[in-house]
Amino acid sequence: MTNVTMTVNGKAVSGDVEGRTLLSSFLREGLGLTGTHVGCDTSQCGACVVHVDGKPVKSCTVFALDVAGAAVKTIEGMANADGSLGVIQQAFQDHHGLQCGFCTPGMVMSAAALLADNPKPTESEVRHYLEGNICRCTGYHNIVKAVLAASGQDVAAVAAE
Amino acid sequence: MPKDGGIGASTVRREDIRFLTGKGRYTADINLRGQAYACFLRSEVAHGRINRIDTAEARAMPGVLAVMTGADFAAMGGNPAGWHIPSRNGEAMKEPKRPVLAHGKVRHVGDAYAVVVAETLEQARDAAGAVVADITELPAVVDMAQAVANPDLRVHDEIANNVCFDWGWIEDNRAAVDAAFKTAPHVTTLELVNNRLVPNAMEPRASIGDYDPGTGDYKLYTTSQNPHLSRLLISAFVMGIPENKLTVIAPDVGGGFGSKIYHYGEEAAVLAASRALNRPVKWVADRSESFLSDAHGRDHVTRIELATDLEGNFLALRTETLANVGAYLSNFATATPTFLHGTLMAGPYRTPLVYVNVKAVFTNTAPVDAYRGAGRPEATFSIERVVDKMCRELKLDPVAVRRKNLIQPDQYPYTTPVGLVYDTGNYPATLDKLIEIADFSGFEARRAESARRGKLRGLGLSTWIEACGIAPSNLVGVLGARVGLYDAATVRVNATGNISVMTGAHSHGQGHETVFAQIVSDKLGIPASSIDIVHGDTSKIPFGMGSYGSRSLAVGGSAMVKAVDKIIAKGKKIAAHMLEAAEGDIVFEDGKFSVTGTDKSKTFGEIAFSAYVPHNYPLESLEPGLEETAFYDPANFTYPAGAYACEVEVDAETGRVEVVGFACADDFGNVMNPMIVNGQVHGGVAQGIGQALLEAAAYDDNGQLLTGSYMDYAMPRADDLPMFTVDHSCNTPCTHNPLGVKGCGEAGAIGSPPAVVNAVIDALHRGGHTHVTHIDMPLTPSRVWSAIQN
Ligand code: FES
Ligand code: FES
Repeated sequence: MTNVTMTVNGKAVSGDVEGRTLLSSFLREGLGLTGTHVGCDTSQCGACVVHVDGKPVKSCTVFALDVAGAAVKTIEGMANADGSLGVIQQAFQDHHGLQCGFCTPGMVMSAAALLADNPKPTESEVRHYLEGNICRCTGYHNIVKAVLAASGQDVAAVAAE
Repeated sequence: MPKDGGIGASTVRREDIRFLTGKGRYTADINLRGQAYACFLRSEVAHGRINRIDTAEARAMPGVLAVMTGADFAAMGGNPAGWHIPSRNGEAMKEPKRPVLAHGKVRHVGDAYAVVVAETLEQARDAAGAVVADITELPAVVDMAQAVANPDLRVHDEIANNVCFDWGWIEDNRAAVDAAFKTAPHVTTLELVNNRLVPNAMEPRASIGDYDPGTGDYKLYTTSQNPHLSRLLISAFVMGIPENKLTVIAPDVGGGFGSKIYHYGEEAAVLAASRALNRPVKWVADRSESFLSDAHGRDHVTRIELATDLEGNFLALRTETLANVGAYLSNFATATPTFLHGTLMAGPYRTPLVYVNVKAVFTNTAPVDAYRGAGRPEATFSIERVVDKMCRELKLDPVAVRRKNLIQPDQYPYTTPVGLVYDTGNYPATLDKLIEIADFSGFEARRAESARRGKLRGLGLSTWIEACGIAPSNLVGVLGARVGLYDAATVRVNATGNISVMTGAHSHGQGHETVFAQIVSDKLGIPASSIDIVHGDTSKIPFGMGSYGSRSLAVGGSAMVKAVDKIIAKGKKIAAHMLEAAEGDIVFEDGKFSVTGTDKSKTFGEIAFSAYVPHNYPLESLEPGLEETAFYDPANFTYPAGAYACEVEVDAETGRVEVVGFACADDFGNVMNPMIVNGQVHGGVAQGIGQALLEAAAYDDNGQLLTGSYMDYAMPRADDLPMFTVDHSCNTPCTHNPLGVKGCGEAGAIGSPPAVVNAVIDALHRGGHTHVTHIDMPLTPSRVWSAIQN
């Protein structure tokens, strides 16, 4: 066991981990931040996406020790300071961009990373960017709509319904 | 206009807040004090004799608490099939025991034969690697035709030819159907495969067993669509735990699509391990385990024939299907290819004569059971593909042919030749609506534009019907069901006037917490924010059948409305006493009980308070309290229906298909929350397009799963799909439930696969590749390209 220290959602945290402990397990089991989900074992589903130093990362593919000292942001850190939903989260609710909610944390984190890079993406840019996040429930229609709406674009034109 | 937040409003979902902030509570998120971790050992061969399982080394590993094998569970009962389907000759179906852990033999890759429990997950995994299983590999049966034909290959030693049953529906009609084929002016024949799928709810299965040595109570947290069913199966059939000593909790569940209806052996194993160790035992599947051990879906091989006159009027339809049930019978494996498939083979059409034959076949593959749509997608695909083929053979317009064969709006109730009575519908209306919203008239221009880019554009259609809210219990009992198919709800008005609704339905993405509150709010005139929906915990909710088969609203919602009606009836009695009026003079409206024709009234809150503080109360004739439970057993199925259109572009050079447009005109009866209904359709259509173009669970000849991860199993991703156009304005309310609802959860997955395939064939024909009459799903580039080349 090795002690690892990092910042998660703005707070300094530390814990004992094995060399093989994944960041996703450290967040979920070590810190109790169960908003980060694990949907696969081949780095394909994106349910586990978090931000490490501002970049989207599949937390099931990095070891906790590898991000020692980094600033990690998870879905638990996405709401506004007063606890209300952040812009992307609110857009997901307004446009019914989630059903079972399992893919949702990863979707929101990926969407946030996209909009940080590309504040006004096209529909096809959104679809392409979210290729690494699988959702089995929504058919993506309302996720795409939510991301476009979160970017401030008028979604009535893209999707009548 | 819907009341604000009431029935018909697109209220945003209250459950979203917790899901969007990482506060959802899925089974894997739950950690109990002192919990140990389970890791299952699964067969690497499709068929094998277990000679010996040596656990000594594993038991000695650090942190290991227990190693259990099939032998430890041999005395327990099997996980039963929920529906008995007799063969045409009256023989009972074959029901081999499905043990908690494989014993004697393993029968599919992934069949669990041992479980290791340790202090940590890592220790459990490490120790699992030290279990030595001496298993002699036996020849595997994977292909259904071979399973039926080769008497030497047996999945279960006692079942020759691997046939579970040979079912005819309706057997008495067979001669008439055959006679019609003999004299028919035209017969179209199609052999097709309904590809095997893996449901792939994004949350893998997980279970925590928690035995309390102090009280002898068991608790099971599990990823279930219907906790009461799991409790019943575990109690009455598998473990013999008294039902009142077992609580099953299905907390937030990350999608189900059928795969979480069933009881699985891992649930019994963690309960037994917890009992043995006196501490909680947790298991969370990894995705690879899910691929190997979740119940798969579809997997039919069908020959369908359609007899018509030369104008395309349907005269008779006949099918023969081999339906794969895998190595063991999952709980609804026998109902899915029969009563959820054969009874739907009339579709929305007036075909006068229909006969269906289904042989269910054991193979050395994972169990196959209901997956979104369950039997109805298979029926719809077969019908809609053969209709399209017939139109091409006779050079008839597929829209016109469908239109003239549809059941007409004045023909309800309509009794089909396969035993269903459709209560209401308007199929021509949804077809007309589809033609409008999919802009059929603009297709030619779009096709020409695609052609300029070197692409073949095609338009495909399907008109479909399904049967939801399967019922009534007494009828399905006659047909072989071993469960009731009602649902239940309790409406508990608290003393302060807010309300808890305990529902037997279970939400794993459907948004019940929002929609059910809308309905109760609408009926009682109480703000939705004062209404809580409780589900998923057998210690809190009345005995319900959970959610599957698009039944939550039609059955569970109806029970809830019945319970609300009882609340109102009792409230009127209390109000009559308080207002010193006759009960018959009390009217209830907008949350107020008033004496008709006067300004005397009591609010709902005042009545609730009086019920719990009964100082001014008719105690001599009325019990205190304001809580009512209702069970609702539907009089009939509901029959959602619709018309779907798919537009594709095919690249003839590569065979790649792109879905460029998809439109749905649905009739779901009354719609409670349009936003949620649209979302259900989107999700279903995505799964249907996935089936048509991308997804296939493939085994090799030795029974190895070739598609055991997301690297090999192609899930639809955001850039595989277009925006969808959906409409449900052509609604004919269901005639026999109080909300007039029909169900919308499965529609998208039912209507879409044939529309996609019909569109691709259409594109190829328009591009001159008229030799292509059918391509089996999934229509991968290589399959489409090969079809073009031949
Ligand atoms: S859990 Fe990380 S990609 Fe699936
Ligand atoms: S909302 Fe269920 S997987 Fe996306």
